[in-house]
Parts: sequence; structure tokens; C-alpha cells
Amino acid sequence: MSQADLSIHGQVSRTAATEVMAAPAFSIPAKKMAMWLFIIADTATFAGCLVAYGFIRNGTPDWPRPFHSITNVAIMTFVLLTSSLTMLMGIRSAQKGEKSGAFRCVMFTALLGAVFALLHIREWLELIDKGVTIFHNPFGTPLFGAAFFSVTGLHLLHVTGGVIALVAVGIRYMGGRYTADDLEVTGLYWHFVDLVWMFVVPLIYLLNMSH
Amino acid sequence: MSASNTPNGGAGRDVAVYVCLLILAAIQFVISYQNISASSMFARMFIVAIIEGALALLFFMHLWENRGLRWFVLIFSIATTLGMQYGWTDSYRQLLGVPWAH
Repeated sequence: MSQADLSIHGQVSRTAATEVMAAPAFSIPAKKMAMWLFIIADTATFAGCLVAYGFIRNGTPDWPRPFHSITNVAIMTFVLLTSSLTMLMGIRSAQKGEKSGAFRCVMFTALLGAVFALLHIREWLELIDKGVTIFHNPFGTPLFGAAFFSVTGLHLLHVTGGVIALVAVGIRYMGGRYTADDLEVTGLYWHFVDLVWMFVVPLIYLLNMSH
Repeated sequence: MSASNTPNGGAGRDVAVYVCLLILAAIQFVISYQNISASSMFARMFIVAIIEGALALLFFMHLWENRGLRWFVLIFSIATTLGMQYGWTDSYRQLLGVPWAH
């Protein structure tokens, strides 16, 4: 591209100037890079929590196994994995310019996230009914309640934040204020929440099953 | 989005990865019913979880299409995983007096 092509009334147009600039770091846009940095930092947070949980579990002889059924956690896993697929479908629709299809997929993803959160709260209420709280556990060490509610609570907080973000970004995308790039960045966060759940399920639930 | 940023692979690949993730999650549930020690169970589930995580990172989060970022995340993940090992060894030491004791 020649300098004459870049110049509009003596000024270099912003679009043309961008084309001659070097590619951004790791060849991805700044917003996506910022989300990756957040995800990396958040991975360290979850890794720290899960290590602390493993430390307590390993070092506590009377660790309880209060879970009798895998049904609820299996449904929760299915719902969250499916929400990742619907998010991908939404992003692909947005990239094709199918705005209403993308919006529907993103809203369905948010709905699945809300269903996951409700199932999670139901799981919590069942344990609370049995007397397990953050400071008390009738089945053994009270550390179980503290560890369980802390790790799953942190994940639930991420899911809740993700649902709010999906709705907000989806509405703004539909209104024309956000682009497919913004949906993709939000999707990265949502897939990360799903990824963390893949480690929370075996460590927190499946290793504490009583058969 | 510009064409250069559009992820490769179609919706078919997304569905295939989704099905793989469901199968791997089911394998974790099956492992929980095996009559093995807690440490063996943890090791098997953790390996499956790492495979699940890798699939999600590579295909759902599109690291497959970005070589530079893939190395960046890989190096960080290995460093974090190695760093986590200090926690496990010290928990064994607290319980049994020796790191990695069984």
C-alpha cells in the first residue's frame, strides 16, 4: 500500500495506518490479551485454592465423604459443558454476521449458567440441611465445610459473574455497541469457568463419594 | 471480526470436542466407582482432567490456532503445576513426618 493510498486530505486514515503497523503481541488483539492475562492470574488463584484443599484433605485423617449420589454433580457438569458449546455456536454465528442467532445462543448460554448456579445452590442447601456449614461438620473435621464452601463458592462466584457478563455483552452486541470480538473475549472467560469445573469435580466431589 | 481472527475448523469440530469432553467427564465418574486407593483414584482423575483441560484450551479457547500464546500458556501451566507439588509434599510431611510418605 503506497503512502498516497494511506493519505486522506493530507492525513493518514486510522484504518489504513493500522494495516501498516506491526501485529500485536502474540498476534491477538489487546482485549483478548487482557482476558488471557486475567485467566492466567485467575488460574493461579484456583490452583492455590485447590492445593490448599488437597493439603488439608491429605493432612486430615477423619476427612468425611458426605456425597452419596453423583446425579446432581453429573447434571451440573453436563449443563456447564453444554453451555460452552452454545457459547461457541454464538461466537461462530456472530463471526458470520448472524446477529439474532448469536444473541439467542449467548442468552441460552447465560440461561444454562443460571441453571448451573441454581443446581449448585441446591447442593449447598442439602449439605446445610445436614448440618454442614463453613465452621461446622457433623461427619468429621469442620475443615471440610470451610474447604468445600470456599472452593465451590469461588467457582459459583465466577459463574454468577459470567452469567451477568454474558447478558450484558449479549444485549450490547444486539444493540450494536459491541462486536463479535467482544463476544469472543467473554466466551474465553466462560470456557475458563468450564475448565476450572473439570478440576473441581474430581477433587471436591468424586474423591469424597461414599459408595 | 477480521478474517484473520476467525478460528479455523467448523461447528463439527466443536461438537466433536464437546462429545470428547462429555466422554472424559463420564470416565471420571466411572473412576470414582473403582475399588482403588484414594491416591490412585486421584492420579487417574487428575490425568483425565488435564486431558479435558487441554482439549478445552486448544479447541474451545482457540490456542490451537495461536502458536505464540500456546507456548506462553504451556510454560505458565507447567510452572504452576510444578509449584503445586510443594503443597502436596508438605501435607504428607505434616501427617506422617516424611514428604511423599504413604
